[in-house]
Amino acid sequence: MSGEHASAQLIGDYARGDTAPAADVLWALEAHLEACATCRGRLAAAVATEAPVTAALVDTVRAQLAPQLAAAAPRSARRYRPNLVPRRLTPVAAPWLGTALGCTLLALLLGAVAAPVPLGHASLLVLVAPVLPLGAVAASWSRPLDPVHELTASTARAGLPLLLRRTTAVLAVVVPVLLLGGGLTGTTTAGQWLLPSLAFTATALALGSVVGLTRAALALLAAWCAAVAVPAWFADRVPLVLQPGQLPGWGLLLAIGTAAVIVRRHAYEAL
Amino acid sequence: MPPTTSAADTAPRTYAWEIRATGLKVRAGRRKTAVDGLDLSLGTGVHGLLGPNGAGKTTLIRSLATVLRPAEGELELCGTAVGARSDLRALRRRIGYLPQEFGYYKRFTVREFVEYMAWLKEVPKAAVPAAVQRAVERVGLADRADHRMRTLSGGMVRRAGIAQAIVNDPVLLLLDEPTAGLDPAQRLRFRELLQELGRDTCVVVSTHLVEDVAAACSDVVLFAEGRLLFQGTPDELAAAGGPGHPGDSPLERGYSALLDTRAQRGGNW
Repeated sequence: MSGEHASAQLIGDYARGDTAPAADVLWALEAHLEACATCRGRLAAAVATEAPVTAALVDTVRAQLAPQLAAAAPRSARRYRPNLVPRRLTPVAAPWLGTALGCTLLALLLGAVAAPVPLGHASLLVLVAPVLPLGAVAASWSRPLDPVHELTASTARAGLPLLLRRTTAVLAVVVPVLLLGGGLTGTTTAGQWLLPSLAFTATALALGSVVGLTRAALALLAAWCAAVAVPAWFADRVPLVLQPGQLPGWGLLLAIGTAAVIVRRHAYEAL
Repeated sequence: MPPTTSAADTAPRTYAWEIRATGLKVRAGRRKTAVDGLDLSLGTGVHGLLGPNGAGKTTLIRSLATVLRPAEGELELCGTAVGARSDLRALRRRIGYLPQEFGYYKRFTVREFVEYMAWLKEVPKAAVPAAVQRAVERVGLADRADHRMRTLSGGMVRRAGIAQAIVNDPVLLLLDEPTAGLDPAQRLRFRELLQELGRDTCVVVSTHLVEDVAAACSDVVLFAEGRLLFQGTPDELAAAGGPGHPGDSPLERGYSALLDTRAQRGGNW
């Protein structure tokens, strides 16, 4: 904006409104007033002195509006602080996360009661750890579990990025607790369950793009319990698939799962 | 002052119809084809989607909301073809959708819920508070904005649903049975809101209440057994009915006249 302002004469005329300026002058003046606070201030002063009728009208309008404005519910004064939790995790995943944490604690307690023999017999924590994140991961993108799923599925953010964001949030809660618990009791080493846990999550996501995440998680959970966890618990030894030698196998599963998720990335928009 | 327009607002429209369907088939579940060969073009305005129960209205709305993919045929929304391999992100930013069974998180306040939906719809961060306030005011929930959703009555929940649908200023607004649960006064307010929205938005309202269509819609789409029966103004629908057809108003008579021309199947209902 240059330093030029409207003349006092022009502003006075505009305020009185009796001698209409030419259309182009009027247009230029109003355009200038919109952008220039100084001239708006001068106009306000001019209206008060030069055009008492206008000033009175404005006062009447203000007096009539005031009670209505006082009655209107003002926007709460708090600063805009968005609730960030649902952006990371759907509220429906919270109970599942709670369940996972409860299972961890329970497994730790049971493990603490039993005599710790590292790698000798089956620690309950090792047996449940690979499938612990599955419940919360399934809940993070599930039509039956999430009441807002129908709405979410139609929004721009729906798709793999949102799903990954929610899965990461689940892992960010479950994994540290497992690490801490395993470290405290000394019954497990992170390598034993971390890779299986991640591999299971990736597989659930990959299968989920075909049959739906809830079904995929349920199937994996059932398969794990039937094939590994229950037999190992009764045999009371660390199952073969969780022996340290099997880690490359879990790494391969994780890689295949991740690759499948990347290949099928567009399928998640329509789950 | 923040800019009030964006490049997306001033970009020229490159499509003739907001919704253009050619031979559209959409499946509901595995077997049933709920939308069966639909040809439809809808532009700006309020379009009332009428039809008997089970006509496929909800399936059609869900496919327009990009929740369901078309099984066959073409569907073009705002110039973007919806298909197996299309990138829907930009399109979905411009859609507002109120499902028939509107689910919500009970512990959220109205404002939190609408803010969350605005975030999901990728409304620019700086514009969210104002957009949320505006949407909540437009549905008349400003005094309840900081109440939890579980304390609201059924009609208010419905209005919160409408607020989340319009929070992103959609180009294509899809409302599935929006007047269910609204009392008569709210229904009148809602019709005014519809007419206001219909001036620059393509609004599709699915309903089974003929009077809603008469009051608020510029265009009627009559739909039965997955096919288009009639498309025209409410007056044209009224003109289709004669005194011999069942119904209490000209529109209802027109509605039954057009449905009667199809073979009646499955008893009196």
